Amino acid sequence: MDMMLQILAPEIALLIASMALLIGDAFWAKRYPALTFQLTLATLVVVMVIIIATFSWESLQLFNGAFIRDGVADVLKVAMIAMTLLAFIFARDYLLKRDIERGEYYVMGMISLLGMMVLASAYDMISLFMGLEIMSLSLYAMIAMQKDSVFAIESAMKYFVLGAMATGLLLYGMSLVYGNVGSLQFATIYQTLSATGVSLVVGLGLVFILVGLAFKFGAAPFHNWVPDVYHGSPTGITLFLAAAPKIAAFALMFRLLIEGLEVAVMQWQSILIILAVLSLVVGNVVAIAQTNLKRMLAYSTIAHMGFILLGFMTGNIEGYAAAMFYVVTYALMSIGGFGVIVALSRRGFEADNIRDLSGLGRRNPLLALIMLVLLLSMAGIPPFVGFYAKLVVLTQVVEAGFTSLAVFAVLMSVIGAYYYLRVIKVMYFDEPLENMVDAHFATASLRVGLVFVGTLVLLLGIMPGDLLSLFSMVMTY
Amino acid sequence: MGIEKVLFYVFALTAIIASLGVIGSRNPVRAALSLVLAFIATAGVWLLLQAEFLGIVLILVYVGAVMVLFLFVIMMLDINLTPLKEGFARYLPIGIMVALIVLAEMSLILNPNFFGLEIYTVPTALGAHDSNTKMLGQLLFTEYLYAFVLAAVLLLLSIVAAIVLTLRRRQQSEALYQNVGDQVRVQASDRLTMVKMPAVVRVKEVVQGADDE
Repeated sequence: MDMMLQILAPEIALLIASMALLIGDAFWAKRYPALTFQLTLATLVVVMVIIIATFSWESLQLFNGAFIRDGVADVLKVAMIAMTLLAFIFARDYLLKRDIERGEYYVMGMISLLGMMVLASAYDMISLFMGLEIMSLSLYAMIAMQKDSVFAIESAMKYFVLGAMATGLLLYGMSLVYGNVGSLQFATIYQTLSATGVSLVVGLGLVFILVGLAFKFGAAPFHNWVPDVYHGSPTGITLFLAAAPKIAAFALMFRLLIEGLEVAVMQWQSILIILAVLSLVVGNVVAIAQTNLKRMLAYSTIAHMGFILLGFMTGNIEGYAAAMFYVVTYALMSIGGFGVIVALSRRGFEADNIRDLSGLGRRNPLLALIMLVLLLSMAGIPPFVGFYAKLVVLTQVVEAGFTSLAVFAVLMSVIGAYYYLRVIKVMYFDEPLENMVDAHFATASLRVGLVFVGTLVLLLGIMPGDLLSLFSMVMTY
Repeated sequence: MGIEKVLFYVFALTAIIASLGVIGSRNPVRAALSLVLAFIATAGVWLLLQAEFLGIVLILVYVGAVMVLFLFVIMMLDINLTPLKEGFARYLPIGIMVALIVLAEMSLILNPNFFGLEIYTVPTALGAHDSNTKMLGQLLFTEYLYAFVLAAVLLLLSIVAAIVLTLRRRQQSEALYQNVGDQVRVQASDRLTMVKMPAVVRVKEVVQGADDE
């Protein structure tokens, strides 16, 4: 029993704290407006400390194998919590400027995080599905929280309807696999499939599962919701949306495809290649035509998802570790990118057009420098971490024997570099617009957070070895 | 065996026809009522499978609560259907094509070759006193406890989300934050201010005022 409590401690602590804050916020919201925010940050730090203190290398299972705690789950959870922490700090600035800060934003964010942690620890299909739903439902509600914004409501509706459809496809695929294998547990599915081979029914189920996964990832050709949702959501929520849930999507794919259905690697490998190639094309080419920074970052997300799928496609442990490294570093870069937009915008003005950045290099050198670092990193230019993430994925792709695919990915990245460099050109070489008010930071924590993200992107780019070896170590166990 | 087979086909056929009615009918109220019929037919199939609890819950919760609310909403909102039908004819051919391809692919696999009685034997019937409710409860609270707790979190989340999305906050009002201690300690002088005023107004001025008018 004690052991069980220790294994489950992070989830239990997070759940209890979010319940307490939900009730407490109703009482102290007006007297101490910042208290909920501060307690939320404290909770996240405590949960992170608990996970690190009870870090588990071997895999521990609970609830008849519905819950697993292993190195992969712990590392992913720490990354998710770190991203959520940054997202809350950045988002608070945005919400305060618009008077839409409410305690429920943090509570729903924490419950969403709980869903992601459940997802990372899911070892059967039911808990996987429950985690996914808890995560997604909070996200839909968080987007719609800005009730007077037509864009926010529209993007919440789009996200909700398409997300529900993707969930339906995923569930249908799961039910076909269950119907054939007769078990919901990944370990049993793996054993049964290695004994009997992959039948046509499992193959059909796999197709539906992959379509659902591609929707959740935002991989082409199931990507159409990504730009609309990223663009329409309040930026303070977009930055939450673009970071931690992507790590959760990685966890979802890892648990389903690798823990459960790795025997069917031949089947899913070819589908993943198609998804990755299409994502790279759509993400990099269509982004060139965008004038809106949020939309551009959304298309760049699609392209990055293509790289993550490439890492998965290799079908070996080093490839999965490379994909994991890519998704974590991508989440860091994207949260920084949206954080800069938050820092530049103010009430009644969203700095989400690329030309809103013109002359930023003179108006606000620090902010421009951070954006420069992030954009160069996303474009994959050394010495930033984005370069290294691309490099490890491509190395694994070449080692798995897909040299032409690696060449194609590099070519697409070169095309992608154009639109990142264009933003840099606008920032440093264009004259500021006439009516441009000097950008200033509203809260010190946002400034500190952005500097932290920029430094981390540079430091991880110079010394990626430790993190990468940690990832491949937890994968090997 | 005979009567059960007949009942199954009746329920299954009703469910299919009702489902077609849900997507096919022009009137949203009729579509919602078709969905009710589909639920009832599905509940019948569940009853045949000896899953009484699920069958009854489907009728009580979905038909009794969810669909009634749904009908309320449909009748309250004046939904204009013409914009919804726009482009229907244009997308119809490609829609039918995709649907036929998916149907063909699925019927290649969802057929007796893969799901026949040779592969899945007929489940043994339960005895007269085996309660479906009890079995479900036992499973929920033992084997699927984790998922059950997570479902509770999900329901709580949906309550919070629904309230957040519909609650309009009142204007800043301090009424919620009354301090009982202050209220007890309050003195008459805090609330009542004595103002010195002449008690009698001289008659002469009043009369003058009346003359002016």
